[in-house]
Order: sequence, then structure tokens, then C-alpha cells
Amino acid sequence: MISIVPRGSSSQLMFILAPIFAIFLTLFFGAIIFAFMGYSPFAALKIFFISPISNAYGLSELLVKATPLALIAVGLSFCFKNNIYNIGAEGQLTMGAIFGGGVGILFYDVNSFLILPMMIIAGGIGGALWASILALLKIKFNTNEILTSLMLAYIALLILDYLVVGPWRDPDGFNFPKTRSFGESGRMPILFDGLRVHFGLIITLILLALSWFVYSKTMFGYQLKVSGYSPKAARFAGFNKNFLIFSAFAISGAFAGIAGIGEVSGPIGLLYRDISPNYGFTAIIVCFLGRLHPVGIIFASLIIALTYLGAEDAQLFLQIPASVGFVFQGLVLFFLLGTDLLVNFKLRLNTLNG
Amino acid sequence: MTKQLKLILSLVLLAVIIVGGYFVATNKSGVESSDEKKIGFIYIGPPGDHGWTYMHDQGRQFMEKELGSSISTTYIEGVPENADAVRAIRKLAESGHDLIFTTSFNYMDQTLEVAKEFPDVKFEHATGFKRTDNVSTYAARFYEGRTVIGHIAGKMTKSNTIGYIASFPIPEVIRGINAFYLAASKVNPDVKIKIIWVYTWYDPGKEADAANTLINQGADIIVQHTDTFAPCQAAEKAGVLAFGQASNQEDFCPNAHMTSIEDVWGDYYTARAKAIVEGNWTSTDTWGGMDTGMVKMSPYNEKILSAELIAEAKALEESIKDGSTHSFAGPIYNQAGELVVAEGSVADDGMLAGMMFYVQGIEDQVPQ
Repeated sequence: MISIVPRGSSSQLMFILAPIFAIFLTLFFGAIIFAFMGYSPFAALKIFFISPISNAYGLSELLVKATPLALIAVGLSFCFKNNIYNIGAEGQLTMGAIFGGGVGILFYDVNSFLILPMMIIAGGIGGALWASILALLKIKFNTNEILTSLMLAYIALLILDYLVVGPWRDPDGFNFPKTRSFGESGRMPILFDGLRVHFGLIITLILLALSWFVYSKTMFGYQLKVSGYSPKAARFAGFNKNFLIFSAFAISGAFAGIAGIGEVSGPIGLLYRDISPNYGFTAIIVCFLGRLHPVGIIFASLIIALTYLGAEDAQLFLQIPASVGFVFQGLVLFFLLGTDLLVNFKLRLNTLNG
Repeated sequence: MTKQLKLILSLVLLAVIIVGGYFVATNKSGVESSDEKKIGFIYIGPPGDHGWTYMHDQGRQFMEKELGSSISTTYIEGVPENADAVRAIRKLAESGHDLIFTTSFNYMDQTLEVAKEFPDVKFEHATGFKRTDNVSTYAARFYEGRTVIGHIAGKMTKSNTIGYIASFPIPEVIRGINAFYLAASKVNPDVKIKIIWVYTWYDPGKEADAANTLINQGADIIVQHTDTFAPCQAAEKAGVLAFGQASNQEDFCPNAHMTSIEDVWGDYYTARAKAIVEGNWTSTDTWGGMDTGMVKMSPYNEKILSAELIAEAKALEESIKDGSTHSFAGPIYNQAGELVVAEGSVADDGMLAGMMFYVQGIEDQVPQ
């Protein structure tokens, strides 16, 4: 029989290469799936992964899609590094959109350069507040954040529902469940004329760099890492465990919140119930695929964003159902977990008398 | 960085360059030279086997059959009504489509955004109200179907209580409630309707819950203005009656289903695509009723309805088609008792399009 045994010390090199192997395995099995569906695998892969980004607009769309994913994912890495499984970033994103969007609606007819910064800060605060509920529950009652974060995500979505159907509904909107549009001052500046990539990308890059700095150059980052690797060692070293939990939640919440306000003040321009195509949940894949590292997360967010764009092109040119994009995301995660297992463990063939 | 790592990374890089180079080298752009016009569709859901998107897809297939090789069609399904919609619509425009149908209300601003950028491409937005030179709007007078089912419901109810599952308090839905109630109370002055707003177009769980609540409150007929067959199935389970919406739901609840109001887009799509082929497309606003075939009643269920009632319903359909019956013929009073449509006249399209009030007799408030 085959048994799985730990490798003892796992290779740092393989740790970095595993996601790359996972992506190649995904491509390989994706090609097989396409072949079984009766498409030429090379042509299909080309349409899936090359044609969406073969022009400037496509590249810009890739960045539009990758921006919130990368921002949320790097925020989540603060939690995941500390072994806190915050899977409710979708809720924190929604709260950020509500807080920031609320500012935008309040000042919809005011023209001032201060409005956008206020919206972004309010968005960050909204996300952080929502996540700090999770932190308090965990610190005070030792609740399982996997459950609470997911539950609060749905509550946040319902609050947004309530607001756009009720008090924040556009008075001129024939009762449709959406708010009025933000004014020009409440919109993210566009980076290139005619393309949708917006200032949120710059914010994301700055926060990614900042996160890298915090991880590698500060005591706080070191404490996060240590308490993630070994809670015992962290306690022995006298780290303030509750402070670490709270700040991990608050940072990830704030980042998700900023991603939320970036989305509504960027390409959308108003609030309604369907603002995020599950960025908060998809970012979990991005975070792990990127190895919880800011640079890895950049690449991972681009790859996952590409699976969305590719799914649209595959529909358009090959009439492949939209779900194939999710199949690819699932494959990436599956192979990543699989290769991870093989990085940390080895398979041993046990002979009957061995 | 170890030597080994460098070696592997450069091998990976090399592989990427080779594979990428292969793709770039073989990247021939597939421009078709024929005169075939390309028609694109944006769907809110997958076509599936019932409901709103299904009927649009039926319309697309009908159009393909009618126009043969002069057109080709594509669709992108499951396009969310957010920032993604712009990209999806733009992709259709960019890939050489001549006419693009965006088939949900919340694609309105996104459609206009893309239309501005592609002035030579024609767009048709379903159920919207914003038009430009290359953006038409189209919708159907579904409320005419509600007049027919209101008539049937008024005659069929024994508890005089009808449960109405409504999606969003927008004019379209409120108009449907009014048309239904006016017809039902005309044949049965004691009829009461109970309304539950589910704030969704498509959520089988919520719709079924709403149906069960209404049935528990004494409703013996369930009317829906949502998209799934869950309410009809809930009615079937509880042994009460129901009307379907958007597509014929008979197969899903054969013992509860009396008829459905069907959305039939095929003729309209064919006409619009033909205008593109012939080069005489212009921006219009279409609001088609039973007379244009856009609104159709599913076959009446003979197991439930008497031959006499079916004949009445069919006669009502005919009189709506020839204009002798109007769903909103005066006198109509609002809930405050004010006359809004005088005797001898009918509600004009402006009033219908912005209808945000209930007519007298509905014991409920429009959610504000």
C-alpha cells in the first residue's frame, strides 16, 4: 500500500515552484478537457489565455479585474500568515463599498478633490470595522472565524440589499434597486484614455509594496510570521497575541474595504446589490496561489483574472459554457493543494513485509 | 539564489517564450469576408429550460432559422449586471457584431457606455428607457397577459384570496399587479390579493417560501412575477392552483398550472436582424403586446379549467389583440379614491410606463 509520510525538511525551491507546476498541470488537463469537448486543445487554450489580452483594452481589463483580487488577497495574507482563516472578505469588501459609497452618495453633487480620498478612507474604515467584529469575537469568545466571517459576509450583503432597496434608493430611478450615481469627484481617475484601468491599481501597488515592507522589515511582520509558524514560541517570546489577531483582521478588512470602494468608485459609479462577482471569495485562491507573498499575489491575481476573461472569450468564439472559467479556477486550486502535499510529504510504497 | 533555482527558472522562462511565440506566430486574425451579419446576445443567466433567458434564447434560435445564412449569432451567458457587463458587451462589439441585444434591464448604462464608443454597431436594450441613435429599446406589454390570468383567477378562486409573488416594486411589476387585480375584481368583486415582495427575479428558495407563506394565509391561487417554477411547484405540492411566467411551466407543475404568460421575442428579433441585413435599421422604442405576438398565453390546462372559461379567456385574448379590450380602461381610481383614468378612456403609455401606485381595492402599500 501507499502511505504518505512527511519529508521532514521541505525544499524552499519546490515551495516556490509548486504553484507554477500547478498552473502547468491546469493547462495540461484543461487541454484534455477541451479535447474531450471536441475542441482543438491548442486553439481553445489560445482563445482562453491569449486572445483576451491581445490588445491594450484586454490588458487594461485584466488589470481592472486583478486589482481588487490582489488587494484583497494581500490583506488576507496578514490573516492567513497568522493562521487566522478569514474567509469573509466578500463581506468586508461590501462594507467598504457601503461606507465609501455612502460618502459618495451624500456628496453626489459636490465638486471637490477631497471627496474621493474621503470615500477611500471611509471604505477602509468600513471594511476594518466589519472585520474587527470577527477579531473581537475571536479574542473574547474564541469563536471559529471560518464560520463567523462567512456568516458576516452574508449579513453585509443583506445590509447592502436593504440600503439599495430602501433608504438609499435613487429617487429618480423608478424604484429600481440602485442608488444614484456618484458625482465626477467621487470616481477613481482613469489612467489611460479609453481604457477602464483606474487609480485603484496605483493604490493596490502601493499597499502591496507596503505589505512587503511590513513583512520583511518590521518587528510587527516578524511577530505575525512567528505566531503563525509556532503559537507556542510566540507566547514564549511575549508577543501580544490578541493585538496580532486584531491587527491581522483589521488590516485584511481595510484592504478588502478599499477594494470594494475601488470597484464602486472605479468602473461602477454607484451602489447596487451585485457590485462584486465574488472577488472576496476568489481572492482566497489568489492568496494561496501567490504563496501569501506580495509578489506571488501579483502573479496569481493576474492568472485568476485571466480565467474570467478567458471564459468570456471562450463563450464568444467557441460557445463554451461560462462555467469553464470556474472549472479552471477549481483546477488551479486542486493542483496547488496536490503539489503542496507532495512538497511537504512523500509517498512511500510499502511492501507487504516492509 | 542557488544555481539549481536559476537553471529551473530560466528553463521555465524559455518554455514560456517558446509556447508564447508559437501562439503569436499562429495568431491569424479570423476576419470573415462574407456579407453575413453577426448578431450578438448578452444573457443574464444560462439559457436553461425555462424563464427569462430561455425565452430570449428561443427568440435567437427562431431568428437563426428564419434568416438562415444571412446572419450568424453568438451569445455570452451569465453576464453579471456590474462592471463585467461593459467588457462583455464591448467584446461583442469589438469582434465584428453588427447588432447586439442586451437582455436585462440593468445592462442599461453599460449598453449606452459601449454604444457611445462603437457608433457603427447597433444595440437593442430590453426593457430599458434610454435610447440614442444606435441604441433601441424593446419590451413587451406583459400586463395584457395579466389581464387574462386575472380574469381566470377571479373565476377560479374559492377562498377569494390570491397570493401574488412580486420581484421589485418597479412600474413594470406594479402595472402587472394592477392589471391583474382590475381584471380579477371585475368578474369577482370580493377578490383580495396578498402580495409578497421577494426582491429577486430568480431565487427558487425565496420564491417557494413566499408561495408557501401565501398558501398558509389562505391563498388558493399563486401568481408570480419572478422567473423560476418554484412557486408553481409549491402550489402543486399544496394542492392549489398557479400561473406561470415567462415560459410555459406546464411540465414542472402539471396539476397546478392553469396557463403562463410567455415572452415571445422571435418575431421581433427576426425583424430587427432583417433590418440590419437590409441596411435600414433605425433606433426605435418598441412596446409590443399580444397583437404583435410578443405576449402569448400558454395552452390552457383543460384538466383544471372548464371549456367555457377557456373560451372566455381566448375571447379576451382576441379582444385585447383587436383593441376592443384595454387592460387599463377607465374608470380607474387610485387608492385615495381619485379618478386617474376617466370613463371611456384608457391609460396612456406615459402613465403605464411610470406607474407607481396601486388601484383602488388593493389592500396594501407600494413599498417606498
